This record gives sequence, structure tokens and C-alpha cells, in this order.
Amino acid sequence: MLSVRGARVAMGGHEALAGVDLDVERGTTVAVLGPSGSGKSTLLRAIAGLQRLDDGSVTLGGRSLAGVPPHRREIGLMFQDDALFPHRDVAANVSFGLRMQGVAPPAAAARVAELLDLVGLGGREHRRVASLSGGERKRVALARALAPSPQVLLLDEPLGALDRALHDRLVTELRGLFDEIRQTAVYVTHDVAEAFAVGTQVAVMREGMIAQVATPERLWAAPADAWVARFIGLTNIDERGGTSFVTRPEGVVFRSDASGDALVISSHRDGPVVTLCARYDDGREIVSAHTGLAPLTPGARVSVEIDPAAVVEVPTTIAREAPHPSAGDAVG
Amino acid sequence: MDTNSPALRRGWHVAVALVPAAFLALFFAFPLASILERGLTSAGGLSLPAGTGALLWFTAWQAAASTLLTLAAGLPLAWAIGRFRFRGRSLARALVLVPFVLPTVVVATAFLALLPAGYERGIWAILAAHVFFNIAVVTRVVGGAWSTIDPASSEAAAVLGAGPWRRAREVTLPQLAPALSASAALTFLFTFTSFGVILILGGPGRATLETEIYNRAARQFDLHAAAVLSLLQLVAVAVVLAVASLLEARAGPASTLADEGSVLRRPIGRERIALAAVLTAAALVLVLPLAVLVRRSLGNWGALFRETPALLVEPWQAAVYSVAFASLAALIALVVGGLAAVTLARRPAGAVDGFVLLPLGASAVMLGFGFLIAFDTAPLDFRSSWWLVPVAQSLVAAPFVVRIVAPALRSIDPRLREVAATLGAAPARAWREVDLPLVGRAFAVAAGFAFAIALGEFGATVFVARAEQPTLPVAIFRFLGRPGAENQGLAAALAVVLAGIVVCAALAAERVAEGRGRAL
Repeated sequence: MLSVRGARVAMGGHEALAGVDLDVERGTTVAVLGPSGSGKSTLLRAIAGLQRLDDGSVTLGGRSLAGVPPHRREIGLMFQDDALFPHRDVAANVSFGLRMQGVAPPAAAARVAELLDLVGLGGREHRRVASLSGGERKRVALARALAPSPQVLLLDEPLGALDRALHDRLVTELRGLFDEIRQTAVYVTHDVAEAFAVGTQVAVMREGMIAQVATPERLWAAPADAWVARFIGLTNIDERGGTSFVTRPEGVVFRSDASGDALVISSHRDGPVVTLCARYDDGREIVSAHTGLAPLTPGARVSVEIDPAAVVEVPTTIAREAPHPSAGDAVG
Repeated sequence: MDTNSPALRRGWHVAVALVPAAFLALFFAFPLASILERGLTSAGGLSLPAGTGALLWFTAWQAAASTLLTLAAGLPLAWAIGRFRFRGRSLARALVLVPFVLPTVVVATAFLALLPAGYERGIWAILAAHVFFNIAVVTRVVGGAWSTIDPASSEAAAVLGAGPWRRAREVTLPQLAPALSASAALTFLFTFTSFGVILILGGPGRATLETEIYNRAARQFDLHAAAVLSLLQLVAVAVVLAVASLLEARAGPASTLADEGSVLRRPIGRERIALAAVLTAAALVLVLPLAVLVRRSLGNWGALFRETPALLVEPWQAAVYSVAFASLAALIALVVGGLAAVTLARRPAGAVDGFVLLPLGASAVMLGFGFLIAFDTAPLDFRSSWWLVPVAQSLVAAPFVVRIVAPALRSIDPRLREVAATLGAAPARAWREVDLPLVGRAFAVAAGFAFAIALGEFGATVFVARAEQPTLPVAIFRFLGRPGAENQGLAAALAVVLAGIVVCAALAAERVAEGRGRAL
């Protein structure tokens, strides 16, 4: 469906995009995940046609987008701070793209009503955008981006700056909505949990390059290298030169043992999951995660059991120019 | 690669920038160059006329004295408007603005009518009129800054043991400093280049650089001396501007920024008495000159429709010419200033802005004088062309248009255009659908102010207006220059007409501006 090949963008002396390849299948969502400055927003702007590529190509449904201005690309975009038109009401915001397509007013009004229903704002056509709450603004921005039925919807950190409860609810709603209308989407975020929740595939970006593209499951099971592992929250990494051993925390069990070789130093609960950290007598630290109640408290002496199936061997860093074979497991 | 042809877009940008550039080159740079050439090359070279030292000294000290007095008079009102919530506050804010938009000729006429015999011309009349005129600058700029000072900073000082005076000196004053120096610099600039007030109220022997340029050029036909004085004026204004920006840079930005709504409070205890006293005094100062002007005009309205030896037309016709010229001038200023603003808004605020605002500092009299000597030989012999008047007025008004429109354009979130593009709007369509509605209000405000400024414009118009098509300020000036109560009364009547039109235009603009930004 959407295909990016060898995309390069130079900005102020450094490469914001250093040769990016990315494919998005019809009806799927690719979450582009990376720290700030990794080039993910630049990639999105290049796909939308708001950023010129210095090299490489973007094709949509087999058609090259080279030379096609943003307003003829049939690609929708949703910004982090919504960028609603302040001088128009909700209906006029949502119908903007339809008017640009020349849709007749009655048909446009019907489509606006349909979309407002879809995003849970039915009947709010004539609210002024200044009077909307944060969540309502997101919904209007989403309805506006979806109204012209874009072939691909791009979302640039759309849920940043929201309180956590609203954020989590909207993530779930977005996932359900994209599945329902089979929307092809590229979703940029720096939040690992959000990327995992929303992406059919997750593309991890680092310094203008894609480090790995994989399903959330595959990413967790087999990160491309130690950097990716650390970035997605796998902290049990034992670097031995060019090779690292990554141990998933759910494969680590602490047993209370007065003669054990480790001491529990912290414990914290996030919903049903408890994360414990212990320090070996030689100074190394290891993290264990499990569900259920936690009988161990900081200060407890434990022995550590590791499930061999939870340990994966990865290169410490993938080569900068030629992608490592394991990084390509979902590309192409 | 992709996106819309950058070469084509750049070509369009250049075309947009070219219109104001060409206009400024022909009607601003060229007259200025003519002055330069005349001052440097004709017989005598660059020799200053006798008495220039005294002239410069008087120009500077009357401006300094005017500035100090204006600060003293404006601060209590700034305190009242910047700190308190009271009934009629927005009316007070609007009333304060009235003298500022009044044409200098009207203010001068009003003070001639107000001041007792023997004092109606001279330094005291000049200072009084300057204070009346510029009190709005101090009140609005300092009051506006005061209303954004977070009261928490003062409360924190109080908790730490600082008494009221200590708090005023060490907490409030430093935060007001940028606004104080900005308004002082503006007032100094306005009074340094003041023309109408000094020409009319100065009386014999009281001349500043600005009025002396007029005297030499229009009364003594000593064009060389006028050109040399213009150059001196240009240098002096540049120095004033440089010092002002230096002061501003040293003062730094105001530290705490609070929402006005959370700062304003109802006055309590003795504050109520102080507030009442300040507002009463302000009302007297602001209203009295205008009331006296209206009274002086009574009984002379019929004479507006009779021929008079002072003018080639019946007096009322000056109003028609004024409105016609000012409308055209506003239109030109909107087009030229609007296109300049579009160009300027493409880059961040900075040095280029100053260049476009130069006419503001270069003084209207110099502009008029420049027109006089630049457009007197074929193929550019426009001396008898009626359209020089609106063109000159538009040059004075255009910088204000830029001042109002460029920030409005800059404040538009560029992502709105990008969103419009991804929703299928081509660049021109996006401009029409997004930019234009968002700056439409600013354009309306700019149109109102441009019209008001053009209507009251005196310094440049007095050089280029033809005797058979006088504008109101020019006609008033002619009447004031003739003896007799009837002429003074006619001047007052015309001044009331002029003030009425200007105030209506400015209030309409101010009303439009409310809700989105400040016009001043």
C-alpha cells in the first residue's frame, strides 16, 4: 500500500532521515517508535509531502508521489496539538476536506454527522472549537482527518499532553476504530506502551534509520540489538563485546533464600504486574516481573532462577550502514 | 523530488515583495535621496545654518521635558487601569486613547482655545499639548504590563518581610521597567518629531528641527538649508531610536506573566479614594480641552457653508476632500503595507521590520519636503497632481498597517496550513480559507487606523496639498494663521468635524480589535 524507499533528509548539517525503508500494508497500522530527535516526525512529514526528500521515494498504491503536492496526495494527517481551525465550528472543521473535494453540502453534512457519531461526538456540529475539552478536540481532529477518506492516515504523537486516564481510553478507542473502518495508518509515538497497543507492526527508529520492524510480540521476543531491547524496556542486558544476552523479566523468578546471592532493592506495582529489582553481591542488577501478589519486599535475600527460554542472544549494536539481517525480519 | 515546485513559489514570493519595494523606492527612498543630494551638493555644501545648535537643544529638551511630564501624568492612570477592576474600566481605557488618535492640529486648536490669554502660545502650551497627546502611550503600555505582573511575586516579598515601599521598589518597579522605558522612548520620539503642535502653539521664536525644515522650505524657500536640517533630523532620529533599543535591550523582558483576569481586583479602603481621585483628574484633563473646543466652535457652524478669504473653497468642502483622500490613502496603505506584512511574516521578527518602519521615524515633514524637491522635474513632475496627497498620507499610515498585520500573520500556526494542505487545499486556497479569515480582523483594524492617521496627517500633506483641494488639517491651519475671532471659531468648528470623524473611525477599529489582541 504505502512504501518508503531509501528516504533521506538533511537538516542543518545532520541527516534527519538517513535512508529509511518502510512498508505499510492495507488496513494495518504501523507504529513508528523512537526517542525524540530520531527522525520519526520528519518521516511522517515526508510521507505527507510537507518535507522534501533529498533522496529516495514514497509510493502509494504503486503510484509514485514524487512531485505530488500535499493537497493531492490523499493522505490525512493528525497533529499532536490538533491544529483545529479556530475560526470555524466543529462541523466546518470536519467538513473542510470534503469541501476541498467539492462534495455537495447535503452529502458533506451527512458525512460529518456520520463521522461525529463514529468518534463519539454525535450532535455537536455547531460547538465552537474553543469550547471543546482536550478529549473532544482530539475526536474532532480525528474526524476531520478521516472525513475525506484518506488512503493513509498519519498521526504525529496525537495523544501527547493528555492525562493518563484519557490517554489510555483514547488509545483503546483508536485501535478499535482503525480495525472497524480498516484504516491504513502510520502512528508516530515515543511511548512504548502506546506503540504496542496501537501498532499492528512497530517500527523502531534511531538516528534517522529504522532499527527494526516487527509485531509487538516479535519485538519483545527478539529485539534486533541491545539498544532496541533497552529502548522497549528490556533492562536485563548482559553485554559481552559484540554479543549481548537479553533476559525478559517475566522469565526471571526470585526465590526467598537466606543463603541466596542477591538482595531485593525495589518493588513497584503497575496494575496487575509487579516489577522487582535485585542486586547480586557482585554488583549486577536484574529485574523480575510477575503477576499476582508480591510477597517479597526490599531487603529480602533471594536466589535468582532464570528460564533459559527467556534469554535471547543479540548483537550489541547493528551496523550503521548495512542493516543487520535480523533487523529485516518484517521489512519488504 | 516531491512537493510543489519551489522555483514557482519563490517567483510568487518575489512578486509579492516587489510591489511594496517598488512603492517605497519611488515614493520614499527617491525623495530621501533627493534631500540628500540637495543637502550635500548645492552651493555651500554641508554647512549648518546659523542657530542650529540652539534649535537642536530646544528640540531635545522640550522632548525630554514632555516625556517626564507625560510619565508623571500617565503613571497614576496606568496604576488604576493595570491593577483594579471597576465599573467603566473599559470606557476609561477607550477614552484614554482618544487624544492619541486625534490629529495634532485638533489638539493644538483645542489648547489655543483652552489656555488663558498670554499662555496660549509658548513652551507651556507645547508641554501641555504633548502630555495630553501622549498620556495614552504611557497608560496603555505601562498599564498593560502592570496587569500581567503576577501578584504572587509581590506577596512572596511581603511574606519575606518587605514593606509596601520596598515591594514597589524591588519587585514591581523592576518588572515594569521594560514597559516604562518603552513608553518613554516612544513618547520622546513622538515629541522630538512633533510638528503640528509646535508649529501652531510654539509662537514666534519657538522652533524645533521639524518646524524649522518647514519654515525654511515653505516660507523662506531656502531649500538648501531645509535639506541640511532634514539630514540632521534623520541622524538625530536614528540616534534616538538606537538609544531606545539599547535601553529596551538592557531592561530585559518582564519576568512574571500572569493572566490579566487573575491580576485585576476591586480596590479596597484608601485605594478607593485614590482611584476616584485619579479617574476624576484624568477625566478632567482628557475631556476639558475637547469641551472647550466644542464651545469655541459654537456659533461658527453656519460659516462653514460661506466663502471665506482664507480658502479657495467653502470650508465644508475640505471635509469632503479629506475623507476622499484619506480613504484612498488607507486603501494604498492596506495594499502596500499588507503585501509588505505578508513578506515580512515569512521570516521571524527582526531587522527587516525596522527597515519597513523607517518612514515612521523619518518624519512626515521630511517626506513632504522630499516630495516637493523630488517630483519637480520631468518625467517626474507631479507637483500639481492631486494624488500626491493620498500617496504621502499612505506612506505615513503604511508602517502602522505592517505593525498590526504582520504579527497577526506570524501568529498563525503554520500547522493549520499544513492540515489544510493534507485535507486537499492547494496553497492559494489554503491562504484564502485559513490565513485570510484569521487576519481579516487585523486588516479591518489596520484599515480603520490607516484611515484615521491619513485623515489627520498634517506634516506631509501641508507640503503637497493644492490650494483648491485643502484637507481639514490644512484648512484649520490656514484659519488659525489669520487674525480674528471668526477665523479661530471656524478653525474650532472644522477641528470638531475632523475629531468626530477620526474618533468614530478609531473607535470602530478598536471595537473590531477587541477580543483578538491589542491594536496599540
